[in-house]
Amino acid sequence: MSFPLLSSLIILPTIGAIFILFGRSSSGYNASKYISIFVSLANFVLSIYLWYAFDKNIVGFQFVEEKVWLTGFINYKVGIDGISILFIILTTFITTLCIYSVNSTVKYRLKDFLVAILFMETMMIGVFCSLDLVIFYLFFEAGLIPMFLIIGIWGGDRRVYSAFKFFLYTLLGSVLMLVAIITIYWMTGTTDVVELYQLGIDLKYQNLLWLAFFSSFAVKTPMWPVHTWLPDAHVEAPTVGSVLLAAILLKMAGYGFIRFSVGLFPAASEFFVPLVFGLSLVAIIYTSLIALMQEDMKKLIAYSSVAHMGFVTMGIFTMTVEGIEGSIFQMISHGIISAALFLCVGVVYERMHTREISKYGGIVSVMPRYALVFMIFALGSLGLPGTTGFVGEFLILLGTFKVNFVVATIASLGVILGAAYMLWLYRRVVFGEITNSEVNKLIDLNRPEIIILSSLALTSIFFGFYPDPLLSTTSVSVENLIDQFNANLKIYTVNNL
Amino acid sequence: MEKLIVFLPLIASIIAGFYGKIIGNKTSQIITSLFVSISAILSVYVFYNVIFNGYTDNIVIAKWITSGLLDVNWSIKIDQLSSVMLVVVTLVSAIVHIYSIGYMSHDPHQPRFMSYLSLFTFAMLVLVTSDNFLQLFFGWEGVGLCSYFLIGFWFKKPTANEAAIKAFIVNRVGDFGFALGIFLIFYTFGTVNYEDVFNQVPKFQENKLIFFGIELNVISLICFLLFIGAMGKSAQIFLHTWLPDAMEGPTPVSALIHAATMVTAGVFLVVRCSPIYEYSPIVLNFITVIGMSTAFFAATIALVQNDIKKIIAYSTCSQLGYMFFATGVGAYNVAMFHLFTHAFFKALLFLGAGSVIHSFHDEQDINKMGGIYKHLPFTYALMVIGTLALTGFPFLSGFYSKDLIIEFAFLKGNSFGYYACSIGIFTAVLTSIYSWRLLFKTFHGEYNNKSQPISNMHDSPIVMLAPLVILAIGSILAGFIFKDLFMGYGSFTNFWEGSIFFLEPLTTDHPPGYILYLTPVLVTISIPFSYYIFLKNKSFINGLVSFNRPIYLLLKNKWYFDELYEILFVKSSKFLGKYFWKKIDGMVIDRFGPDGLSKLFKYFSIKAAKFQSGYIYQYAFVMLIGFSVILTIIIVK
Repeated sequence: MSFPLLSSLIILPTIGAIFILFGRSSSGYNASKYISIFVSLANFVLSIYLWYAFDKNIVGFQFVEEKVWLTGFINYKVGIDGISILFIILTTFITTLCIYSVNSTVKYRLKDFLVAILFMETMMIGVFCSLDLVIFYLFFEAGLIPMFLIIGIWGGDRRVYSAFKFFLYTLLGSVLMLVAIITIYWMTGTTDVVELYQLGIDLKYQNLLWLAFFSSFAVKTPMWPVHTWLPDAHVEAPTVGSVLLAAILLKMAGYGFIRFSVGLFPAASEFFVPLVFGLSLVAIIYTSLIALMQEDMKKLIAYSSVAHMGFVTMGIFTMTVEGIEGSIFQMISHGIISAALFLCVGVVYERMHTREISKYGGIVSVMPRYALVFMIFALGSLGLPGTTGFVGEFLILLGTFKVNFVVATIASLGVILGAAYMLWLYRRVVFGEITNSEVNKLIDLNRPEIIILSSLALTSIFFGFYPDPLLSTTSVSVENLIDQFNANLKIYTVNNL
Repeated sequence: MEKLIVFLPLIASIIAGFYGKIIGNKTSQIITSLFVSISAILSVYVFYNVIFNGYTDNIVIAKWITSGLLDVNWSIKIDQLSSVMLVVVTLVSAIVHIYSIGYMSHDPHQPRFMSYLSLFTFAMLVLVTSDNFLQLFFGWEGVGLCSYFLIGFWFKKPTANEAAIKAFIVNRVGDFGFALGIFLIFYTFGTVNYEDVFNQVPKFQENKLIFFGIELNVISLICFLLFIGAMGKSAQIFLHTWLPDAMEGPTPVSALIHAATMVTAGVFLVVRCSPIYEYSPIVLNFITVIGMSTAFFAATIALVQNDIKKIIAYSTCSQLGYMFFATGVGAYNVAMFHLFTHAFFKALLFLGAGSVIHSFHDEQDINKMGGIYKHLPFTYALMVIGTLALTGFPFLSGFYSKDLIIEFAFLKGNSFGYYACSIGIFTAVLTSIYSWRLLFKTFHGEYNNKSQPISNMHDSPIVMLAPLVILAIGSILAGFIFKDLFMGYGSFTNFWEGSIFFLEPLTTDHPPGYILYLTPVLVTISIPFSYYIFLKNKSFINGLVSFNRPIYLLLKNKWYFDELYEILFVKSSKFLGKYFWKKIDGMVIDRFGPDGLSKLFKYFSIKAAKFQSGYIYQYAFVMLIGFSVILTIIIVK
């Protein structure tokens, strides 16, 4: 039995959280912040080591750990493959930056805030490496609680409404998934994902089970028409909350689609492709148009997230290597870029206490550094070649085009709209004459902000020019997934004849 | 060395961009100009090598994207085509860099400006030296981005910002087609590398596919989609609206990006893809029609505009139309020739106009100029050279390239060819008229500027005028010197082999004499004609305008394209966005979704709460009813 690397990754943030929680409150804010930075950084380093130790040429799961929990029913089983490892690194990376960015803006209960973030990190990493449906479900749902609290306690004026909307949506979807998991257990006698991959699920029930999983993932993605919680949640959440929500929480659903929907229910996935394509297209075009008209910066970015995630769901259900690799890449890219955009909004929000676009204008004269980094992320978001945004979108559209010309063509229109709303936002906020005298008082980025934003910018540009490290990590697993998918599909069609 | 050519501008850009404040205005100007000049000298050397030693190379720098079948590298491809572009891009860029030192001398953001210019040069070089469609696309979007930065350089000016966004988005519309073209190439050939694609084209020439329910030839569809991209970047009719607005940017930018280099990328694309286009006569005809329409349409607008830069911008649009119809009739090398000569004289005109604007302190209306040729003799001489070259005055560079285009259109021998030929001749006359109108109104006649005395007028500093001399020499001689090379005459018979593909060898016939002489004669006659109508007898023009008021208004308002697009795309998108947001998201999804649900729960919970009244008799009553219902059911069963 080798060193339990994954479990350490999962448990480490919680240990940190416990330390903070039971630390003497008199030891001040700083102590708890240092502990959490240390813990999250350690976790990040550990995850990088994990990437280093990971053998990208192996098909199947690595670093697998298995412990019996409830005999014959639930086993604690974790493991990773090329699909999940990148999400783990994304989680540790973004969490570290988030904790580093927490400062005086969190006016009260900073300790609890940090505890919530660390606890959430545990849950997110758990989601990305669990290989047992029940364990997955537990992590998946438990991850909502800290987010719910972050919005509900540290949020804006309408935080309670937003928090409830968020919870209502996500919970309703999840309940169906729980039912589906129980059904799978009764049908097959196991909830072990690896075993389930081999056993296969009875064709008769696939569609229903798929829909149950879908309802949960669709809400979290979020797909149209269950997306309306996202703008509200973002608007009310504190900056860090928005970042975590956009960068990591949304990715659980995309990951879930790849790992469970496609992996467990190939026939149903094939059957529902038109549904997913349809909803994704609506998400791309419809929310892009809405984003065009937003007056609140955070809402605009929130709607753009919906559009970007529309690309992701579309790419996954192309069932092509390019499409799925593109989707994974797009999720990582969106994790970096949307996180950065929300941080950018946070930067000016802290100084001006408004997110209304019309209150800004001419920022470049007083905050040139800010203008530069904001520009990089705006360009990343609109998918300019040389940023990660391009690689993801391009691969997705390439994969989609292989499968369906019409869908790919319509989705490509979203790219035009993406440029429109992003550049228009940038123009209204950053360029132009200064009309609001408050803007004159703004001070440019301080050191922590520079460190955080430039590390995100460099990551986005580096992997935009040289995406190979990420793509080669995923390729074997994705190819295997698709081979399995096609093989299963063949079996089903043979049986049906 | 090729790496130096491409990366020197990037390094210069980074230095000026990030350390501009530290090293100061002067140093950053010198560094960027120097680096780009070195790159230009090396490019000329490479071009020389390509011409006389037949040098070609394909340098792979790094892997870019590998996923599934897709396998793309960062690379530098040197062949005849890219070496021509290298020279054009780096040479004009170096000249514009040096010119900008003078032109921008009063601007507070000089390092940033120089940084953008160098960055643009880098992106353009990446574009032309690509060996695959994806890197081409990278450069394509990269130059678009730099163009966006530079148009909106004066970020406080609302019009500049609007123009910058417009340029980017209209280009994105073109890129949408381009991207689909790349997808289709990948779908068909399984690769996006030029070599592999071009080799496979003949095999696929009969393949069909269903696209939106219509059966289409694959090759034609690819050509069509790529051409949409080219239309966007090269401002062809329907996607041209951004180019005149782009004149909001500083004038050196207009010369470099919106005249000599970036806007010709579309022509370059079509020429580069000649191995595909040759197999699609339909699309070639389509290109002929679009090119010819643009040439004509832009020239008509240029006739009535009053902004000196806008006139030249429409002229650029029109000349790009010429290049396209040259490719449309299969004379790719002629298109490249015109691209090459056009770069010299159009950059010259723009920079000359910049010199005029500079002396008028940012006045651009030609009605507020006039009579200054004695005060700006140097600029005047340069502008005259540029105008002569542009209009195709005999033996200047525009003469060779433009007349060849008209000839080859004639020699095409089909109705499209004849049509293009006649429109080409007619447009040449229009070109001559509007160009001389500009020159006469700017430099001759009476001095019409009220805000500053004529004694203030003087030539621009030497740092601005010296670079123009190089361009002027190019405008005079480039046509004559490079004719044989581009046309493959004499010892250069197979110069283009390997980079431009001709399905059938280009005809060596000559059109009848009247075609050959018609254009130069008409163009020459129109000089005194313009002099007469614009300076001597203004009532003629006034009569013409009042007589044809609707036509005049149509031209003056640029055929109402902007107004049409505003309603069709901008307003409707905004309306839809608002509708989706307020009505569907708000009134439907939220109302019946979460809000409705929570109301529903609230409603029932209030009802349920009322049930718990606490009165024993109520509970007893309910119990009684319950019992009786159950009993009834049991008995009935």
